[in-house]
Amino acid sequence: MKKIVTYPQMGDYNVPIYYLLTHILRCEIRKPPKISDRTVELGNKYSPTFVCMPFKYTLGTFLESLEEGANVLIQLGGGCRYGYYYALQKEIIKEQGYSFKLINLVTEGKSDLKKIIKDFKGIDPSFSILKSAYYLFITMKMIKYMDKLDHQIRKNIGFEQKKGEHEYVKQKMLTCFEHTKGYFPLLFTYLSYKRKFKKIKKNKKKCLKVGIIGELYTIMEPFANYDLEMMLSQYGIEVTRFTNATYLLFQKRKKVKKYLKKVKRFSKNRLGADALDNVGRLVYLGEKKYDGAIHIKSSFCTPEIGVMPILRRVSEEYKIPLLFFSFDTNTSKVGIETRIEAFYDMIEMRKQNE
Amino acid sequence: MNECYLGIDIGSISTKGVLLDQEKRIIASTYIWTEGNPTQATKKVISLLREKIDSNYVLKGIGTTGSARKLIGLMLDATVVKNEITAHAIGTLSKHKEVRTILEIGGQDSKIIFLENGMIVDYSMNTLCAAGTGSFLSSQAKRLGVEIEDFGDIALKSKKPVKIAARCTVFAESDLIHKAQAGYRKEDIIAGLCRSIVLNYLNNVAKGKKIHGPIVFQGGVSKNKGVVHYFEEQLGEPILVDDEGHLMGAIGVAVLAHKAAVQKEYTWDMKDIAFETKGYECKGCSNHCELLKIYKEGKLVDTWGSRCGKF
Repeated sequence: MKKIVTYPQMGDYNVPIYYLLTHILRCEIRKPPKISDRTVELGNKYSPTFVCMPFKYTLGTFLESLEEGANVLIQLGGGCRYGYYYALQKEIIKEQGYSFKLINLVTEGKSDLKKIIKDFKGIDPSFSILKSAYYLFITMKMIKYMDKLDHQIRKNIGFEQKKGEHEYVKQKMLTCFEHTKGYFPLLFTYLSYKRKFKKIKKNKKKCLKVGIIGELYTIMEPFANYDLEMMLSQYGIEVTRFTNATYLLFQKRKKVKKYLKKVKRFSKNRLGADALDNVGRLVYLGEKKYDGAIHIKSSFCTPEIGVMPILRRVSEEYKIPLLFFSFDTNTSKVGIETRIEAFYDMIEMRKQNE
Repeated sequence: MNECYLGIDIGSISTKGVLLDQEKRIIASTYIWTEGNPTQATKKVISLLREKIDSNYVLKGIGTTGSARKLIGLMLDATVVKNEITAHAIGTLSKHKEVRTILEIGGQDSKIIFLENGMIVDYSMNTLCAAGTGSFLSSQAKRLGVEIEDFGDIALKSKKPVKIAARCTVFAESDLIHKAQAGYRKEDIIAGLCRSIVLNYLNNVAKGKKIHGPIVFQGGVSKNKGVVHYFEEQLGEPILVDDEGHLMGAIGVAVLAHKAAVQKEYTWDMKDIAFETKGYECKGCSNHCELLKIYKEGKLVDTWGSRCGKF
């Protein structure tokens, strides 16, 4: 049987993953479908009700890809319930009668290189370690560049003169990244787009600054947070976000140790997943005198629920307004808009009275 | 010619309308049921208000709030469209300048607003759970065969309120049935229910934040004396319930419309505007957005619900 490989959808990261897989595996790679209401519906139907939202989203994506003929699925795992996703999803998809292979790259927070190589050889017998190492290097660079530019975009998108220009340039950049020929062409594209983003006309004055903290999938997939960043930028708010793939892949280990020292007053433990990081980030936002912070998570995300009382204490101590959101698959957007609007009014009034 | 400003609060259950004059005094107010049709309710509110005032008033500003604020704002071409939280805070501040905490329990939602020196510093709203809202109380009143209007007076008669689970409506209801079948007196159960509403609110909405006086209590449930009594007991502070508490949102947006930089002149016959909405699903891409097209006088004025920004 012909092998068709696919993977879960999260933000724009489908581009570097697609790039990596197409270069290291000699078989068909299928990009995951964009998350739509149907994806969520499918995921919801076959998931336990009280599981966290990323499970439902990724399961929905897998089911949609399987319908279209994919038969090799790649999943990761993390330091919370995320670590058990692959096991449960495997059973659920099996019950639907599909014949497929699910490959899990991270078990209990660690990647077993030997196992991964064996798994990839199973998909493509001609899999070469040396070649993969080279393309992995390029992919990591690509992710770093994307995140760097994204950080800039987030700061400026609310102030562009022609609406939608940032998004337009970004889409073009992603297409270029996807077809890049090697490391130097990639670097060249990155530099030229960096210039292009800078050239976009903006009228930025003094503005409100808000930081987004919380659970990683909800932050990184815009469909999961109802385009929260977009909503904020329409109010002319500069958004700072900490979680991205670069952070998770390269910086987390170092930063956690730093945060642990910094927030000793509030918490002595790591609290699981990104919970401690969020305490550290809120302290940072408070110290830098941000106008507000928004904590988002999927419902039933245990580490983030556990950290909420601590965050509340930090917010009281640093006098930084903090808004909590808990998203599930059926939250209506209207309620979110109301709360954001009220939050905006509140921080705006505070700023004026200063 | 006198100027006046209209504030409309279109909630899920009721629609409130207020007319303020130049000095922010209420010259007319009205309160009707929304009955699932916000446009119709708004038209009715406007014509009711119109009958109550002299003909020499000119309408200079309109503000809308409540869950249907955007739709009605578009229909009336409002000067100000504001969320309930800000509107309630502004409205309450216009009457009680010293207020530090606003408790609000409505039909479908409940919220708490913290203020400091006339400025909102924090707020929260109930999220997933309907426990501790007016609709829960009214459904339990029906179960016990008591009119919701008498609920508070009956609760105050009780000396020993029974303990009822406060976390969740489902548990509260099963607790209530057990206690009723075990033979507890009705007034004790009703008092227990009022107490559980208060505890639930403090747990789920206020979430242990510090509540400072003066405290103003608003929304439909504030008319229930039992709930007010247990709030006072729990917080150890006097609770202020305003007779016009239900109008605060409308007053708030009217004040904001008064303050607004842009002033327009409105005519009173806007209640006859032909206003229509049509829903359909866009098949343009994989998003499959549910769109709502809004027609005013037969002309398309706006389309809502698109994710891609095509409309």
